[in-house]
Amino acid sequence: MFLITRKAEFSASHRLARPDWSAEQNAAVFGLESQTHGHNYVLEVTVAGQVDPTHGMIMDLKELKDIINDEVVEPWDHRHLNHEAPPFDRIVPTAENLAAEIWRRLEPKISRDAAHLHSIRLYETPDLYVDFAGPGAVDDKEGR
Amino acid sequence: MRLSRRYQFCASHRLHLDSLSGDENRELFGKCNNPYGHGHDYILHVSVAGEVDPETGRIVDRDVLDRIVREDVLPRIDHKDMNAAVPEFRDLNPTTENLAKVIGDWLCAAFRNRLPAGPRLSAIRLEETGRNTFDLSME
Repeated sequence: MFLITRKAEFSASHRLARPDWSAEQNAAVFGLESQTHGHNYVLEVTVAGQVDPTHGMIMDLKELKDIINDEVVEPWDHRHLNHEAPPFDRIVPTAENLAAEIWRRLEPKISRDAAHLHSIRLYETPDLYVDFAGPGAVDDKEGR
Repeated sequence: MRLSRRYQFCASHRLHLDSLSGDENRELFGKCNNPYGHGHDYILHVSVAGEVDPETGRIVDRDVLDRIVREDVLPRIDHKDMNAAVPEFRDLNPTTENLAKVIGDWLCAAFRNRLPAGPRLSAIRLEETGRNTFDLSME
């Protein structure tokens, strides 16, 4: 089995705050993150599969790039996630929740007979990143 | 889900075994055996695994993780001569493998103390230089 990884970037603003909490509650739990600020997110999408003997690829990387662009980069780049990118009007846009939402969007578009979405890594900053291998995945049970 | 956070510290060390002769130490460790030691800008990645809290959307409170690393771990080694100033290396060669194990022990104790209900320490990665990287699974 091969793993191939495609990288994408998007810049977005957000605040970590629950709409049903007061400003004081949000500040107590999320600190400075409860104020609107932004990040240059870096997303790494890893696909696993067998190399097709005809064309020598696991999947067309251009197609993978287009899926990531359509599902994540276009809707989120240069947006305020809480205001402009549902479900983050209701769900706190932490790196963890972004990663889970990215998985939900990409998995059905990528996974097919010869290839499947293996894992994603999302960097919120170079100093903070999350790895997610999907709900119910063996890796997830191991906490990855 | 796993969340990782990256930290930095600077320290010096000398690779040396008292059980070997001077020539044997120089043969085995090369430049790393230089009597006055040498230093690195280490980069430490700390990975935490667990369930996302449905209320906060987080695996771990970043401030708590930062306090664990910045208060319980980094002050013991940052800007230190590890052979002389870190008790754990009195009888242990401060290779980056051994340093990763020592940091892992400190982190385990700090997690038990400050995060008794979880999440769990999943792994650490220690970069000695841009070219040497050490991964240690803590699970």
